Amino acid sequence: MSVDKETVAKIANLARIEVSEEELESTVGELNNILDWVEQLSEVNTDGVAAMTSVVAADLPWREDKVTDGGYREKVLKNAPQAEHGFFAVPKVIE
Amino acid sequence: MTKLYQGATGDWEAVIGLEIHAQVISESKLFSGASTAFGADPNTQVSFVCAAMPGMLPVINEECVRQAVRTGLAMGCKINLRSIFDRKNYFYADLPQGYQISQFKDPIVGEGHVRIDLEDGSTKDIGVERLHLEQDAGKSMHDQHPTMTYVDLNRSGVALMEIVSKPDMRTPEEAGAYFRKIRSLVRYAGTCDGNMDQGSMRADVNVSVRRPGEPLGTRTETKNVNSIRYVMMVVESEIRRQIDVLEDGGKIDQETRLFDVATGTTRTMRSKEEAHDYRYFPDPDLLPLEFSQEFVDELAKDMPELADAKKDRFVAALHISPYNAGVLVAEKESADYFEALLAATVTKSGKPLSELGTLVANWVIGDLFGALKKLGVGITKSPVSIDHASELLCLQIDGTISGRIAKEVFENMLESGKSPEAIVEEKGLKQVSDTGEIEAMIDEILAANADKVAEYRGGKDKLYGFFVGQVMKQTGGKANPQVVNQLLRPKLDG
Repeated sequence: MSVDKETVAKIANLARIEVSEEELESTVGELNNILDWVEQLSEVNTDGVAAMTSVVAADLPWREDKVTDGGYREKVLKNAPQAEHGFFAVPKVIE
Repeated sequence: MTKLYQGATGDWEAVIGLEIHAQVISESKLFSGASTAFGADPNTQVSFVCAAMPGMLPVINEECVRQAVRTGLAMGCKINLRSIFDRKNYFYADLPQGYQISQFKDPIVGEGHVRIDLEDGSTKDIGVERLHLEQDAGKSMHDQHPTMTYVDLNRSGVALMEIVSKPDMRTPEEAGAYFRKIRSLVRYAGTCDGNMDQGSMRADVNVSVRRPGEPLGTRTETKNVNSIRYVMMVVESEIRRQIDVLEDGGKIDQETRLFDVATGTTRTMRSKEEAHDYRYFPDPDLLPLEFSQEFVDELAKDMPELADAKKDRFVAALHISPYNAGVLVAEKESADYFEALLAATVTKSGKPLSELGTLVANWVIGDLFGALKKLGVGITKSPVSIDHASELLCLQIDGTISGRIAKEVFENMLESGKSPEAIVEEKGLKQVSDTGEIEAMIDEILAANADKVAEYRGGKDKLYGFFVGQVMKQTGGKANPQVVNQLLRPKLDG
């Protein structure tokens, strides 16, 4: 499996990462190196082996249905570039 | 029989599927301890997890898991003992994580089906493809500022159940009936309040058309439709629009559309380029969601009686007509009111359930629903309490007042809020069942109308009604009709 320049540009755009034209060329090479390296895994036959989801035997922890958090609007809004009337204020997203 | 739509060039068949988003009833959010209560000040129910601060980790709310399983059971679906949470990646101002935690390949609930009731009395099974758990997004407000959008994250992270139907519906009526059915199921199961005004339930409506027997056409998806009526309008207008486009030689674009309430039609949403490339992958912050069959069985055991079972029971045990039983169970609150009233009436009158079912059902559907409709209020806001209503019915059952007088008393109850016994007492509306009193009255009337008596005896038996009317008139409608009949007939005939 490998990626071309167009695919990398598309992925970068979807991830909202700016990659310049010059960077694009080298990024394609780097990504393909990584993909080749990961590709080695396919040499192992994994038919009938369940996907491993954790390196230690662990179960998903469950939480009781209780209100234990929230109620600190100032802290939540503190890093927002702009906040007004208790809302996050962002450039209008529809015309 | 599939309903076909006539176009200029022949018949068309519509294929409809619904994705219903139902907000889970829980105290706190799916992966955080922030409150889910509706209507709080903006951003006051937001934790660092909901705001997607770096390093925050999601921990699943066990009640949301139970609610999803209960809903699955209510729809007769397969429950998956192991399911996986995935990240659905996209950027939007009200999605602070940059992805929604959802379930893609392995949802918590698999296939099942629900039965819908159609207007002509027939039923149809609609397949359910799956139900998965996911996070809701925050709320954007675009109209509060000329150049800014305001974002409130209170809803961010609240648990949603996305219920995906199979493309089994063919008409607006079926789509509406299916939406109504799912709403009834989640409300009976207590897993979603079904409150569309508050956005607790909304549907994405998928519609395509094809020539009968041909492969599926290209579909469009109309997002966030929040009422049963609107769902039906979307389906109707999309079917018409697509047929028109195709018959004019055009083609349907697979696209997302918006419903315009003002015009009752849909329009294309400004297409977000590549917006549908969600790049799902398993969320590395969450292990698979696993539980035992015993966990499911335990929940199944505690499931409340659902509308279909209730309807069957009303018909079998209470001898209520299937139509009336359907009306009573359509809304959980109506069924609850009816059952409470029936129980209270049984206690007060000492008569068995099976004898009172029809009487109480007829009163609720006829008198009470009629009054509530006039007042424009729902049954939970009924001005007549269970206690007063059962008292009124008992006065009728024990013969204290006639059915006609009962209606009069009910009118008065609605206006004054007084107890029916007090009203009957105050206005002297007690039915006259004293045979001596009525007999004397009949004698008087027969004597005063000797000519009519002669006519009646001469064969004009329609006059019987005249005599009954005279008795009723003299007693102000309070004479017990049965007693009147018993006494009047032999006197006239004799």
